[in-house]
Amino acid sequence: MNQTVSAKPLSSNLIVLCLAFISGFIIMAIELLGGRILAPYFGSSIYVWGSIITVFMLSLSVGYLIGGRLSLRNPNLVRYGCFFAGAALLMLPLILWSIPIMETLFLAIEDPRYGSLIVSMLLFFLPTAVMGMIAPYSVRLLVIDSNRSGHIAGTLYFVSTLGSALGTLATSFYLVLWFEVTQILVTMCLTLAAAAALAIATGLRAARKNG
Amino acid sequence: MGIAMRPFLSCLFAAALLALVPAAQAQRGELRIVHQERSLYRNILVTEDEERLCMRFTVTELNGLNQSCRFFDDHDKLVFPYAKMVLSSLMIQDNPSSILILGLGGGTLVHTYKTLFPNAKITIVEIDEAVVDVAKKYFDFEETDLIRTEVVDGRVYIKREGLKGTKYDLIILDAFTGEYIPEHLMTAEFLEEVKKLLPENGMLIANTFSTSRLYAAESNTYRQVFGEFFNVRMPGTGNRIIIASMQPLPDRATLEARAPAFNERVARFGMDMTEFPQLLVTKPDWNLRERVLTDEYAPVNLLNN
Repeated sequence: MNQTVSAKPLSSNLIVLCLAFISGFIIMAIELLGGRILAPYFGSSIYVWGSIITVFMLSLSVGYLIGGRLSLRNPNLVRYGCFFAGAALLMLPLILWSIPIMETLFLAIEDPRYGSLIVSMLLFFLPTAVMGMIAPYSVRLLVIDSNRSGHIAGTLYFVSTLGSALGTLATSFYLVLWFEVTQILVTMCLTLAAAAALAIATGLRAARKNG
Repeated sequence: MGIAMRPFLSCLFAAALLALVPAAQAQRGELRIVHQERSLYRNILVTEDEERLCMRFTVTELNGLNQSCRFFDDHDKLVFPYAKMVLSSLMIQDNPSSILILGLGGGTLVHTYKTLFPNAKITIVEIDEAVVDVAKKYFDFEETDLIRTEVVDGRVYIKREGLKGTKYDLIILDAFTGEYIPEHLMTAEFLEEVKKLLPENGMLIANTFSTSRLYAAESNTYRQVFGEFFNVRMPGTGNRIIIASMQPLPDRATLEARAPAFNERVARFGMDMTEFPQLLVTKPDWNLRERVLTDEYAPVNLLNN
């Protein structure tokens, strides 16, 4: 009996850390692929990267804000898993309709700076913002003792940023050499969905036990 | 997670930072740096020695690849074999009235085509404004009623021209440097967009690479879009020239019959056309199974290693 009580928080913490790693990995993989996705329509000039990076920073900042707010009320793994499910769903326009979206905007906007900025907003803002919500929410799920909150936040940032570093490296060094862009995006989307399922299942089981 | 952007940003600009070449590195006594500039995209260097003026895009060393050179005593004479390989295409099409060139460099090809076809409209697409300025200042590049430059990404320009329905009799892709290859200018989708700009007698020339897996991948990509093409390689140069035509390609005997007539026109460039019919070959000498490059799959710079 004692064993199960002490083992439970450990495994759910481990899940949170793993999932934070995955979301860090996927955010940067998508950002890198963003340059590839936009290049046929807007080129690979410096302002195309400017647009992509701007949108990612902006969406993450909004995501952090909202994720932090949502963590105030009854933080739980089920809702945490819903973020992953939401991110997976919001990746669908990028996977399914990026070409018609880019075609439309290429025709509508002559200036490739604003063309690439608006396309980046449409394709990347929502999924990235939702993935941004994961970081502060993870901190809240892990923190039990406020004295250790800085330590836990540090560990979480370590894990998720390490994920981002590896996501960048893996995508730019190997994944683009082995797979097509859409194949990589679909895999990321399915990974997010699997992460969602894991978090929600674990959360429901914990709720049943406690309730 | 936002913090993770930083390594990415530094990756993006690392090349530019590395590109600072101290003038002190001009160790070869006779080579002088005339101009040095870090542009948005690269480090541009103009050097001169006793006989010639060159433009280089360098990363770390002065002896990097020359993009464009010309002799002081003879502006027409071509320094590099690649330009002559390009001109061998005259045997296939010798009366373009509109020419599109992607990549300006020192303007060697512009000068050559302007000399050959003084009435042709020549449009040059160059992504780097600084290259245009340097070409104007040091290489006598001039814009006229017939010759104009567009500072824009080549893919974007070609896509827009396709929507407008503009045609160019001759399109020359000369946008690749040794260090970094814009991958979106190598895919089958891009070549389809280029093909849309060619009239029924149109011709495409590309100055590209002759080594690594990229050679095979690129060759297969051109083959998929244009069918058979002339693959021009010469000993002593890393360049290879692709000549693709919307018309059926002439055979060897036809080329040999045509070549001598061009010698009068190309002699001023230091070129003997009769050397070329034997170099214009269509037979693949690469791995035909190497994967075609597409917008979805274009690890161009990785394949080039």
